[in-house]
Amino acid sequence: MTSEELSDDDLGSIISLVRTRYGYDFSNYAHASFRRRVIRVMETSALRPNDLLTKFLLEPQYVDEFLTGVTVNVTEMFRDPGLWLFLRNSLLPEIRRQAQSFSVWHAGCSSGQEVLSMAILLRELEMDHLVQITATDIDTVILSQARAATYPAKQMEANVKNYQKAGGIGSLESYCTVEGRQVRFDQALLSRVAFRKHDLVSGGSFGKFDLIMCRNVLIYFNQKLQNQVVTDFHGSLNPGGFLAVGAKESLAWCDVANRFMVLDHDEKIFRKVRE
Amino acid sequence: MSKAPQEHPPAIVLIAGSAGSFQAVCSLLSSLPGQLPVAVVVCIHRLKDVRHGFAESVMSRSGRQAAEPVDKEVVRSGRIYLAPANYHLYIDTGRTFSLSTEEAVNHSRPSIDLLFQSAARVYGHSMTAILLSGANQDGAIGVKAVAAVGGTVYIQDPHECEVGTMPRAAAALLGSEYVMRLAAIQAALNRTLGKRP
Ligand SMILES: C[S@@+](CC[C@H](N)C(=O)[O-])C[C@H]1O[C@@H](n2cnc3c(N)ncnc32)[C@H](O)[C@@H]1O
Repeated sequence: MTSEELSDDDLGSIISLVRTRYGYDFSNYAHASFRRRVIRVMETSALRPNDLLTKFLLEPQYVDEFLTGVTVNVTEMFRDPGLWLFLRNSLLPEIRRQAQSFSVWHAGCSSGQEVLSMAILLRELEMDHLVQITATDIDTVILSQARAATYPAKQMEANVKNYQKAGGIGSLESYCTVEGRQVRFDQALLSRVAFRKHDLVSGGSFGKFDLIMCRNVLIYFNQKLQNQVVTDFHGSLNPGGFLAVGAKESLAWCDVANRFMVLDHDEKIFRKVRE
Repeated sequence: MSKAPQEHPPAIVLIAGSAGSFQAVCSLLSSLPGQLPVAVVVCIHRLKDVRHGFAESVMSRSGRQAAEPVDKEVVRSGRIYLAPANYHLYIDTGRTFSLSTEEAVNHSRPSIDLLFQSAARVYGHSMTAILLSGANQDGAIGVKAVAAVGGTVYIQDPHECEVGTMPRAAAALLGSEYVMRLAAIQAALNRTLGKRP
């Protein structure tokens, strides 16, 4: 399978079968990166476009594997430390000044490193008892990894580096135990976290939040879908609530862009304007 | 060069390299006409931790304005764009930039192959791809994809490169007729861009 062998027609057939049969709609994912992911799935399982279509018809359980394969789950703890430093020094203290309790939504949480980072940060700020966290992803396989909070030990070096740059006041190792080649984070950190499956494409709102973290998820969508999802985020934020997107993501072409103010341009943090 | 020179200037010029390419990139950029009739995209492998300062050093060395695109930004003629560190950079439908944090390809993120392949699908023959010094195999599949759609390819002569591995791999896959010294690449490029010597 090389990139020339997946025609736009084949890709279109795959997308439409997955949509009609399983209800996952990838038609507004960013074309170039989605195409690349489908090719990768076909390469790793040595499938041709028609084999893939047959699998969708005959093996309903295959769609979960496909979902895990086409979505990009790459993540790390305290990714973009500057953002976490800003959360620690400015944004979370500001939230505490304003409210007795607050809620956070991690949309597209992947294997949970971002959620754990938040839980650790809140514990260090002694705000953990004030928060309710909802963490969602489309991929149930990756959600079960997030619940387990157990990761390859070799990722720790990068995580520790980020944690220190993010202003961590303790040691990251103190939150986990080493088990062979894995590190297991303290489950108590997740006691205020509810993980659930949610597809941002089908949208809808399931609550109001004071902070939404949706980082490195919008890049996989085209402008139309970005617009739809950001509109949903706007609707899911309390007045004055915050939205943090990825370092290279922009709200510029979203209809609701002017209903947010830019809180920190470099860290891509926006605040819902009170109307 | 066995290829006939382009009749029309390209709409986009992609310049890519890895180890040992920084000087060459800056020299190429500073040689370009002041009023750029194309979009220029630079993709160099670099340390993932270096998020700031790269654009600044390119600008001060080349004397040109350059910036990292945000996701889904439209590619505009007259601008010089730099692939952000630690993301793959694609050219997507409607001539927009699209980013991804997926795994490194060929130990590289950004991957030159992914950039070149995606641009080839969107720009076809109206593009020029330049591959400079580097220490791995990235870019070889990419230049092949560009040549396959009729785009222009220049591979820097491995002999004058600080690290010749990357251009050598590309030349092995595509053919030695695409290999040129930097000075010749510069001249050929500027000719197609309509700059008088
Ligand atoms: C690159 S990860 C981002 C992880 C984390 N937010 C970070 O920045 O490190 C992208 C995640 O988005 C999820 N995702 C992709 N499409 C989605 C959708 N339609 N609804 C919800 N999550 C989705 C993927 O499953 C993946 O886990």
